[in-house]
Amino acid sequence: MKSVRVGAGLGFYGDSWKPVAASIERGGVQYIGSDHLAELTLAILQKDRMKDPAAGYTRDLVPMLTSLWPLAQPRGVKFLLNAGGLNPEGARDALVAEFSKRGWKAKIATVTGDAVIARIDALRAAGEPLAHLDTGDAIDTVRERLLFANAYLGAQPLVRALEAGADIVLTGRVADAALFLAPLIHEFGWAADDWNRLAQGLTVGHLLECSGQGSGGNFNSYLENGWASVPDLGHIGYPIAEVSADGTAIITKAPGTGGRVDFDTVRQQLLYEVHNPHAYFSPDVVLDMGTLRLEDLGGDRVRVSGATGRPRPEKLKIVAGFDDGWAGTATIGYSWPGAMNKARATEAIVRKQLAETKLQYDEIHTEFLGFNSLLGALADDSKLDELNEVYLKMSVRAKDRRLAEAFPRQFPWLALSGPPTASGFSGIEPARQLLGLWPTLVRRDLIEPEMKVSLCDTAT
Amino acid sequence: MKRKLVDIAHARSGDKGDRCDLGLFAPDAATYAVLKREVTPERLARHFAGMASGPVELYPLDNLLALKIVLNDALSGGAARSLRSDNLGKCAAAALLRMEIEG
Repeated sequence: MKSVRVGAGLGFYGDSWKPVAASIERGGVQYIGSDHLAELTLAILQKDRMKDPAAGYTRDLVPMLTSLWPLAQPRGVKFLLNAGGLNPEGARDALVAEFSKRGWKAKIATVTGDAVIARIDALRAAGEPLAHLDTGDAIDTVRERLLFANAYLGAQPLVRALEAGADIVLTGRVADAALFLAPLIHEFGWAADDWNRLAQGLTVGHLLECSGQGSGGNFNSYLENGWASVPDLGHIGYPIAEVSADGTAIITKAPGTGGRVDFDTVRQQLLYEVHNPHAYFSPDVVLDMGTLRLEDLGGDRVRVSGATGRPRPEKLKIVAGFDDGWAGTATIGYSWPGAMNKARATEAIVRKQLAETKLQYDEIHTEFLGFNSLLGALADDSKLDELNEVYLKMSVRAKDRRLAEAFPRQFPWLALSGPPTASGFSGIEPARQLLGLWPTLVRRDLIEPEMKVSLCDTAT
Repeated sequence: MKRKLVDIAHARSGDKGDRCDLGLFAPDAATYAVLKREVTPERLARHFAGMASGPVELYPLDNLLALKIVLNDALSGGAARSLRSDNLGKCAAAALLRMEIEG
C-alpha cells in the first residue's frame, strides 16, 4: 500500500537544519515542510525590507538549502518552505542565483497573494470591517501604524505548485500545517471536501510544524521517563510522518538520532497552541481532536488515526502587525546578603528619580531574575532572604524611541553611589521595537483570486 | 492528601495573541479522573489570578487523558508587545505544575 513520508524542517526562523539532514539521509522522507514564520517574524522581515527592497525573506533559506540540496536532489526530496516571508519572489531570486552559480538544477515555485497591506482600504470598501477578532475594536485605531498584514493561505496553491513539478515551493504566510498537508493532497488526490482525511493531514502538519517539539524537545515532564531521560537531545531527530492514503499516520524519526517519539511527547505537541481542541481552524478544514487515537507502537513510533474533519471556514484569518512603541531595558545584579532587599531598594530609587524628572513612560515593568522573571506572580516568595544573588530587570514602554533609549542611562551611577554589591550591569542597550498584533477575518473571495503560483528553472 | 501536579502529571504551554494555552497530561486513567475532578476552571482562575485577568476555558479530552486549558488576557497584550521575559508563556505550564490538589 502506498505511503508518503513527510519530514519536519525548521520550527522557526533561526532553528537548526542539521536534524533535517538526518531525516533526508536516513529517514526516507520525500518531502520536507519548513516553518520559518512566527507571528513576530513578519515584523522583523518588514524592517529588513525597509532597508533593502530585495530583502524581506528569511535569510536562513539560502544557506539551509545550499547545505541540504546535495543530499535531497539525488533522492528526489522536495521542499515546501514559508521562508519567502514578505518577499517570496526575492527569496526565489536569491536561491536561483546561488543554485545557478553552483550549476544546480531545480524547479522553484513561488506562492504569493497573502500580503494585503496595500489592499486594506479596498478590502474595507468591499464590505470587510477588519475589526479585531477578539476585542471587536475598529481597525482605524491602528490603521496608520500598520507594518504588515497577511492572510493565512491554505494548502491549495502549494498543491498547484507541486502539480506543476516544483522541487522547491517558496511561500509567504500560509497556515503552518499547509506545508505538510499540501504534499499529502498532491500524492493521494484527496478531494477538497474529504474532511476527515484533510483533518488527518492537518493533524500530521500540526505534529510536525514545531520541529523537535514533536520528538522529545521541550518535553515538560518531571515524572519517570521525563525530560531528563530523553536520549541525546544534542542529536535530536525531527519528527517524520509516514502517511497512508486513508490519512492514518505513523509519527517517527530517523534511526540513530536522539529525542523520543512516544505517546507522551506526541500528545504534548498535539495540544500545543491549540485553543478549542474540538474546533481547530485551518483554511482547509476544521479539526476535532476529540476522536483522535494515539497508539504507542514502541521503537519511536506512534500511530495517529481517527481525526474528525468539518467543512473549512467561510473566512480566512489575517494577522496584521502595528507599531506599538519602544521598549528600553536595564539589568543590574546584587549578591547575598540581602540580595533581594538591595534590588528592591534600587527599583524604588529608579522609580522615584523617574517621577522627579521629565521621563514619563507608558508602562514600567519590574522583574527579579533568579526569583520571578519567568514565573511572575506565581513565583514562590518563601525563601527570598536566602537568595545567593538576584538581578533587577526593569523595562519601560514609550511611544518615542529616544525616550525608551534614555532609560538604561539612569543606571550606571548606581555602581558607586547606590546599594552595595551592584554588579553585572547590562549596559546601554538599544531600544527594541514593540509590535501589536491585529488578528481579523476576511472573505475568501477577496483573497483567493489574488493567489498566484509561478514556476521557474535555475539556469545550468 | 495534598499533592503537587508536578509529581503526577506533565504539561506544555504556549501563546496565541493575548491567550496562554496549556495542555495537562495524566499518565493513566486513574490520575486523569483525579485531574478532571480537581483541576476546575474556578481552581485555575484562583491559581493564575496574578497572571490572567480573563476567563479560564477548560476542555477535557478523554481520548488523550488530557485537559486543555486556555487563560484569556494572560500575556500583557501578546508576545510582541509584552515587556515580560517569558513573553511567550512557555513557563505557565511550570506554574501550573506547582498547583496543589487533593488526590
